[in-house]
Amino acid sequence: MDVILLQLLNGLDKGGAYALIALGLTLIFGTLGVVNFAHGALFMLGAFCAVSLSAFMGLEKVTIDETQMTAWGTPLEVRTPYIVDWFGSAGEFMLDFSVPLSILLAIPVMLLVGLIMERGLIKHFYKRAHADQILVTFGLAIVLQELVKAQFGANPLPQPAPETLSGAADIGMALGFDPHTVVYPYWRLVYFAFAAVVIAAVFAFLQFTTFGMVVRAGMADRETVGLLGIDIDRRFTIVFGIAAVVAGLAGVMYTPILPPDYHMGMDFLVLSFVVVVVGGMGSLGGAVLAGFLLGILQSFASMNEIKSILPGIDQIIIYLVAIVILLLRPRGLLGRKGVMET
Amino acid sequence: MSTFSINRRGLLKGSAALGAGIAAPTIFPSYAWAASYTNEPTGSSVTLGFNVPQTGAYADEGADELRAYQLAVKHLNGEGDGGMLSTFSSKVLKGNGILGKKVEYVTGDTQTKSDAARASAKRMIQKDGAIMITGGSSSGVAIAVQGLCQEEGVIFMAGLTHSNDTTGKDCRANGFRHFFNTEMSGAALAPVLKNAYGTDRIAYHLTADYTWGWSQEGSIKKYTEQLGWQTAAAVRTPLGAGDFSQYLTPVLNSGADVLVLNHYGKDMVNSLTQAVQFGMRDKQVNGKDFAIVVPLYSRLMAQGAGENVKGIFGSTNWHWSLQDEGSKAFVKSFGQEYGFPPSQAAHTTYCQAILYADAVERAGSFRPSAVGAALEDFEFDGLGNGPTLYRGFDHQCFKDVLVVKGKENPTSKFDVLEVVEVTPRAQVEYGTDLLGCNKGPFNDGA
Repeated sequence: MDVILLQLLNGLDKGGAYALIALGLTLIFGTLGVVNFAHGALFMLGAFCAVSLSAFMGLEKVTIDETQMTAWGTPLEVRTPYIVDWFGSAGEFMLDFSVPLSILLAIPVMLLVGLIMERGLIKHFYKRAHADQILVTFGLAIVLQELVKAQFGANPLPQPAPETLSGAADIGMALGFDPHTVVYPYWRLVYFAFAAVVIAAVFAFLQFTTFGMVVRAGMADRETVGLLGIDIDRRFTIVFGIAAVVAGLAGVMYTPILPPDYHMGMDFLVLSFVVVVVGGMGSLGGAVLAGFLLGILQSFASMNEIKSILPGIDQIIIYLVAIVILLLRPRGLLGRKGVMET
Repeated sequence: MSTFSINRRGLLKGSAALGAGIAAPTIFPSYAWAASYTNEPTGSSVTLGFNVPQTGAYADEGADELRAYQLAVKHLNGEGDGGMLSTFSSKVLKGNGILGKKVEYVTGDTQTKSDAARASAKRMIQKDGAIMITGGSSSGVAIAVQGLCQEEGVIFMAGLTHSNDTTGKDCRANGFRHFFNTEMSGAALAPVLKNAYGTDRIAYHLTADYTWGWSQEGSIKKYTEQLGWQTAAAVRTPLGAGDFSQYLTPVLNSGADVLVLNHYGKDMVNSLTQAVQFGMRDKQVNGKDFAIVVPLYSRLMAQGAGENVKGIFGSTNWHWSLQDEGSKAFVKSFGQEYGFPPSQAAHTTYCQAILYADAVERAGSFRPSAVGAALEDFEFDGLGNGPTLYRGFDHQCFKDVLVVKGKENPTSKFDVLEVVEVTPRAQVEYGTDLLGCNKGPFNDGA
């Protein structure tokens, strides 16, 4: 029982990341009709917003200590971060909380990146075949990756969670299990809660604001909304920016779980596409549902008890489930009729 | 209108012509140039091929290997301070290149993939005329390139490769390895683990699912079980899994009190970081403090994992804090050139380049069989690992092995590991029958 609970928790934080990326993908597909293969790269860029901020805040004052020597015979350099030098303990607090603080940086940066991407490149591909859109966005993803690699190197760059959140919570105790049987890192619980909040915020935005209403109307029938005198293209551009922000935030908060490197976006992209297809193309609820579902299934499939019967099942479970669901429900779990069918 | 048809006679003629065409390049050169060997240097220079991962998960290690090769070339050509040439026990290298020929080099990108590594090595041999290929940073790559070099008839000086198989069941006459292997890691680590954690422990292995991971899992299991430890489970994880949480959670309730991470590079950074997040360093199981072991450590990896490596044991081929004359000379030379200390990957590749050049000088020829014979059973010292033997039987170097621990109070960002024991060579030596090497004869190619 405790093992099952643990794997369920595991599935929830991973599912949270899948759901956030898939949500953005579906938003873009539903509004602009574009299959965005650069969405994983946006996730990665978000993560590197966190890396950049912590690198910036970690800029150090270098003083040379002539009394000590390095092993290769040059004077030792003593380094203290400027931010600690200037603000003392407040500076240390900011350094410690650099990942959550990065959210403030990531929102404007990712919005800008999203708008530039849409206006600068993707808008020229609306009228072209899906294959062209896939090629150009995939190419863009490679360019972004290589830029990040050139700047930050190929090795993963770990970003620690704040000191107070770096331990693990003994959830089992609260639920009446023995101590130390069901422990789960605080940060992963934070991530799950964060994902839930962001998803709720996106849904609320689309459901309860006039802007969201227009966007939903545009998703249902773009032409009619246009005929009513509404500039739907401009709104869709903003939706693209929002999707980029959602992916970016997913990346920022994921950095303490997985040390970011330039390639992390690709690893998530493929799975997120499966998530979108299983959830149903164009269905926001489906993307979220499928995200959590596949995250949890993947977790369970890597349990020893299951791997000993079906070795390697953890590698293919997602695709296996995708095949079964598509055979039984060709439009995905919550897919609507008519999406990508004409 | 013409129709295209095939009859039996036409097919036979065509096949014969095609067969002769394919066979020609392999038949003719071997008769026409029987006295010669592949890429025999005729001009005033000689070309070496450096095949390292310049992209992919091991790119940072590859970059350090390349820096070391470039430094070695400088020293061989008599530029710079000479590094370990001055401490090396063999004194035939004079800083005038190799056999008086200026050393030049070409580089290839292995991308940490066997097929890409073979392609770039092939290009360097056939197009650039490289007389020797060296490099690595993955056992899968090293074994693939070693096989190619055997076929092509050039010497392969393996870089960072740790699987037993490189000089075990996949050994080749033309291949030589300076780096240690998982068998030696196991033999060196076991006594230290016994002192630190006792003989009554239950280990849980997470293993990278390829030749090196299997090899290390086998060796560590063998030696820890000899101590009396039990193995709760050994779970294979896909290379580059990224998030290891679903493999780590079963550890918590398995009854195991030691986690052995048979991961390298990016995988090790991720799995260790996540294990620490799951509270495994603060945990108590069976009344004992839970322990994590990383059998193959590297300073670059430890830097990547940051705070999480503190107090964790592992083994390494070489470390820049060593105080023998060879290590000091190398750290000085490398540090002054690049501003930071060399990694173990840089050290082993520098040594391999020097050892090759020295063997050519002593053999008086670049012919692979002559160079190989000069390397076989060669005893040397002054390259940072103490007295070392290049065993003739399987072309494996035998030398002291370092057991290291993540440092509790690092003084700089490079100072992340401390050497807790230098395991003497005698303790890590093994018989020739253990790993099943059957290397066959040298191939001079051409």
